[in-house]
Amino acid sequence: MGITSRGFSGRRSAADVKLPPGQYLTTDFPVLSAGPTPHVPLDRWEFVIDDGTNVLRKWDWKSFRGLPTETFRVDVHCVTRWSKLGTSWEGVSLDTILADVKTDASHTMARSYGDYTTNLPLKDLTNKQAWIAFRFDGEDLAPEHGGPARLLVPHLYFWKSAKWVRGITLMHHDKPGFWESLGYHNYGDPWREQRYSGDE
Amino acid sequence: MWRVGTVVALHDETATARTMTLEVPDWPGHLAGQHVDVRLTASDGYSAVRSYSIASAPNSEGRVEVTVERLPNGEVSPYLTQEVAVGDRLGLRGPVGGWFVWRTQQTEPIQLIAGGSGVVPLMAMIRSRVSAGSTAPFRLLYSVREPGAVFYRDELHALSAHDHSVGVSYAYTRTAPKDWPRPPGRIDATLIATGAWPSNLGPTSYVCGPTSFVENATDLLIAAGHGRKNIRTERFGATGERK
Repeated sequence: MGITSRGFSGRRSAADVKLPPGQYLTTDFPVLSAGPTPHVPLDRWEFVIDDGTNVLRKWDWKSFRGLPTETFRVDVHCVTRWSKLGTSWEGVSLDTILADVKTDASHTMARSYGDYTTNLPLKDLTNKQAWIAFRFDGEDLAPEHGGPARLLVPHLYFWKSAKWVRGITLMHHDKPGFWESLGYHNYGDPWREQRYSGDE
Repeated sequence: MWRVGTVVALHDETATARTMTLEVPDWPGHLAGQHVDVRLTASDGYSAVRSYSIASAPNSEGRVEVTVERLPNGEVSPYLTQEVAVGDRLGLRGPVGGWFVWRTQQTEPIQLIAGGSGVVPLMAMIRSRVSAGSTAPFRLLYSVREPGAVFYRDELHALSAHDHSVGVSYAYTRTAPKDWPRPPGRIDATLIATGAWPSNLGPTSYVCGPTSFVENATDLLIAAGHGRKNIRTERFGATGERK
């Protein structure tokens, strides 16, 4: 489409900052949620791995916080086009969470308090690619950012990093989650700009 | 798929917000509450895209209105509110979003709660109700800094004065009009009790505004007995860019 915007020059990021296509840099931390923020008391929080029928593993807050944790720095990319670089988190690796789970599942559905869901291939959750994060920037994760704990899968658009996560269901077939049923891409790779359902 | 929209009209809503009417010959239609991606392209090919809520009701004329609030350090909004002229062409993609929408088949009472420029997608719902001849009872609770910051003032006035099924209440947070009964302040439980549908009527609520505004308003709705599942939200962060 060969139209240019008369007099528009734009504001480019510094040459040494590499962002996925169509993203711009932000330093604040916008909040995007489809409904009210759930406030989940820690004494009622639980996290479950299931196969759709049976509970395979289950943690309450105390046993979850007994798991080994990692601190890590990652870039996050929101489908609404902001990217935030070098964000600092603490959480439990999904490699740890899934270590003792024997499964031949190919797909997963992350489920949240407040009934949000998002689907991910199982291979995107393992191999140091995903965490259940409970601290951001050295502070307990605030409810509006997904606290007490959220899924963090930084190599996909940020809607895949389900806030208020309460469990992951292992599945043998893929099915769309919340935004994936409402016009957003099924996989959501920011480097391939997979924003909406029609994107390659 | 990117389309081309031609600017056919411009209207200043306030000192910092402008409505653009775009003619898009192949526009596929939209639902009230959806947004559109707008792309600006520099002469060297650099482009910047932002998402804006659609303000107009679905229509068959291939026209789309968006109201853009100018952000002091924005990359796109200063251009759209100050530089764009009638006849200019912009890249458009959409409509986008299938959750924060009102469909004309909905018959339940509708509670709209707007903070500042969050009124834009809610206005599309009000206009959609009017153009579809819907009788769904609508209320709008609109929080603004001061009287001069109200978007769509005359249209909202006409609707609430002559069509009592769209009730409009204002909350002024910094400066209220002279003789206004309520001192300036955020939406509170009293205003929810008087300006919003009671929960026992089973309303669906749509809340749109800055994050802290949406958090406050949804907490008040829940405290007043509204079910979480009947509250839909759209927040914009400190960057003001819309989802």
